[in-house]
Amino acid sequence: MTWDWGAVADFMPHFWDGLLVTLQSLALGSLISFALGLVWALLMRTPTLPHARTGSRGWGPLVRWPVGVVTEFIRNTPLLVQLFFLFYVLPEWGLTFSALTTGVVAIGLHYSTYTMQVYRAGIEAVPVGQWEAATALNLPLRRTWTAVILPQAIRRVVPALGNYVISMLKDTPLLMAITVLEMLGQARLFSQEHFQFTEPLTVIGVAFILISYPASLLLRALERRLVR
Amino acid sequence: MTSGLWELVLKGIWVTVQLLFLSALLATGVSFVVGIARTHRLWIVRFLAGFYTEVFRGTSALIMIFWVFFVLPPAFGWQLVPLWAGTLALGLTYGAYGAEIVRGALNAVDPAQREGGVALNFTPWQRMRKILLPQAVPEMIPPFSNLLIELLKGTALVSVMGMGDLTFSAKLVRLALQESAEIYTYILVIYFVIAFLLTRVMRRLERNLKAGLGQGPTRPSRFALKRDTAGASGVSTPTAGTTGTAGVRAGVGGDS
Repeated sequence: MTWDWGAVADFMPHFWDGLLVTLQSLALGSLISFALGLVWALLMRTPTLPHARTGSRGWGPLVRWPVGVVTEFIRNTPLLVQLFFLFYVLPEWGLTFSALTTGVVAIGLHYSTYTMQVYRAGIEAVPVGQWEAATALNLPLRRTWTAVILPQAIRRVVPALGNYVISMLKDTPLLMAITVLEMLGQARLFSQEHFQFTEPLTVIGVAFILISYPASLLLRALERRLVR
Repeated sequence: MTSGLWELVLKGIWVTVQLLFLSALLATGVSFVVGIARTHRLWIVRFLAGFYTEVFRGTSALIMIFWVFFVLPPAFGWQLVPLWAGTLALGLTYGAYGAEIVRGALNAVDPAQREGGVALNFTPWQRMRKILLPQAVPEMIPPFSNLLIELLKGTALVSVMGMGDLTFSAKLVRLALQESAEIYTYILVIYFVIAFLLTRVMRRLERNLKAGLGQGPTRPSRFALKRDTAGASGVSTPTAGTTGTAGVRAGVGGDS
């Protein structure tokens, strides 16, 4: 086994470029998954029966069933195939995005079906007394959610969401398959040009551990603080 | 789509199923060995097992696949058949996740059970085999079921290395037809069906294991449907705690 530090030095400029793209897609993908996951979670709580005081229409089953099926489908199929689907099929339908945008949307969509469950657990963990208090104070439905339930629910789920950010980080290399030059894409390009596979692949492998392990330690600390 | 193209897809399904089966076997083996090692009484064994899990959970599965395909051959002179290379990379990665499940379930067994084994003069291995594992394994099934779905999704990654699995067959069909919507929809549906069948099998396995433990159908599983009978209606026990609350810790901390 030979290890060439010169190759590592040559690779580093490409590595930083790749890291930037990885972090970009991670940040945007996280934002999409956090927002969309909350939307799914709230849609899944559409009331079944009409309610006079809150003014809800009671469209529950008509909303919950399709949302449940679609999210279950997305959760149980590979992200890689979803990436290809968006990358190849959307242009056929006349929608053309850059590879990075497609990748970010795919990651965000895929992980929104996971964050949805996190939000659901967080919402269910809010004590019933909080709902009752909101009813007693005659708060409208919107105020109940934005001022009472969600602030408490989201506080509880921050560490769990963070875990999914780490998972997303580990799934960003998949974007390489649709020509995005993130870390693995850069490593592959470099190895094909220089016929040195060991160094770039090992460098990015170590880089992933160096990012994700401290991040998971940080989350454990955060969990102790936030979840009581 | 012509029948020739369907044949391509069928071959892809077969490769995916093979890969799934082999890497699930390897991952199960790895997760039990490493998970049990993490409860070992020697700190060096615990440390090494913990190091393994952190390294393999820290990197991405796709990077492991690249590593096994491109770095192992020149570094150690091994050239693995693609199927075995994929099995190795996926099995080791997902085994690291499984090890956490095993460790969590072992820790969730009531400590009094272990102490009972000590009192009856069981060796550590007998305790593990006859007391701890039979109670811990049924609790592992729901998280293992989720992990198996993740592994199924992970098998798609080998197509990046040109292995002819289901995802790769989609690529070939796409090139043949110059049209993507249809084939990728089919492929997604096929993956979903496989995942659905797997969850069914795992649910049945859990029920059988729990029945063997005398915990039969009275305890609703996490995935149980509402029509589950047995008057456990209002109980809603959060079963299967890998984050387990291991009951009241008995004060007699007999450490062997």
